[in-house]
Amino acid sequence: MRASYTEYHPRWLRRRKSTYWWLERVSYLAFILRELSSVFVVWTVAFLLLLVHAVSQGDNSYRQFLSWSASTPVLLLNLTSLLFVVFHAATWFRLAPQAMVVHVRGRRLPGAWIAASNYLAWALATALVAWLLLGD
Amino acid sequence: MPDRITLSVARYRPEDESAISFQQYEVPCHKEWVVLDGLNYVKDQLDGTLTYRWSCRMGVCGSCGMNVNGEPKLTCATFLADYAPGPVRVEPMTNFPVIRDLVVEIGDFMRKLTEVKPWIVRKEEKPLSEGEYRQTPSELEEYKQFSMCINCLLCYAACPIYGLEPDFIGPAAIALAQRYNLDGRDQGASERLEILSQHEGIWGCTFVGECTKVCPKDVDPAGAIQRYKLSASLASLKRLLMPWGVP
Repeated sequence: MRASYTEYHPRWLRRRKSTYWWLERVSYLAFILRELSSVFVVWTVAFLLLLVHAVSQGDNSYRQFLSWSASTPVLLLNLTSLLFVVFHAATWFRLAPQAMVVHVRGRRLPGAWIAASNYLAWALATALVAWLLLGD
Repeated sequence: MPDRITLSVARYRPEDESAISFQQYEVPCHKEWVVLDGLNYVKDQLDGTLTYRWSCRMGVCGSCGMNVNGEPKLTCATFLADYAPGPVRVEPMTNFPVIRDLVVEIGDFMRKLTEVKPWIVRKEEKPLSEGEYRQTPSELEEYKQFSMCINCLLCYAACPIYGLEPDFIGPAAIALAQRYNLDGRDQGASERLEILSQHEGIWGCTFVGECTKVCPKDVDPAGAIQRYKLSASLASLKRLLMPWGVP
């Protein structure tokens, strides 16, 4: 929907938004970091796909992938990605109760329960992956 | 607590100035005084040329929204003592054109508000003989939160998306649309969805969440928009899966 003001009104003061508006408040900065975290989520998925591809190409390819993954730049990138992915997940879990309204037996479930259920699902998924990787 | 505090007030006098300048006023800092009391003191005792909007002085009319130390606030509910020893910076709400001093132009919001039909839409009215449209307390509870909006526009001042993309319908208008969508007596959800499912509608929101934080009435416009996104997505999915029509 087009923004519409009186077309010609030279005496109104129209203030330009600063390019650095996201530095004006901590909450704006947190929002921008949350948006930026999506890039690292994409990288995490791409890294996982590269891993799967390497495994599918055989033992030699997998060892080359492991060696590349252990290089300092990739380690730093993955460590940064981990921090951003955790930030991404935690901030979205915190926001989830605002978007989801769940009724149980006619009563609205408190927001804390919805956030907690997300964290519980995360913990269960992590436990499952850990069991698959570390279990005998 | 000091007995006086300095207000640093933004002035814009279009006949003389092309930008905002700040003027300092020293006002009493009684513990029960709000920023609006300080401005009224300036207007009555120090400088009658200061221009700002206010009416009810009790957080109902939504007229006295301004930026206080950079935060959008209802000045009738913002205590001077909380900013002691000062100074307190009072500016017009961000994201709106300034008409004069602390008064902003809100015509864009008023036009957008009517577009989303914030009233009960009925396809067919039942005859008067059948009586009123009754609601249970739980039905009222579904939309009551969104009906508390007083159109103070603090949410627009806090929303960086509205500042960057003025075509965005904005938080309060969407929350008010949701108030009527969730009302059991209303049948206008599909009409509103046509407006709100556009890019400048719900999809313009990237969930910064500041609108909810600054809302003086706990309306949660950010929540309303996200819920709307969910219902719009489900409606699209249903249309895709059942092109012959949703029962």
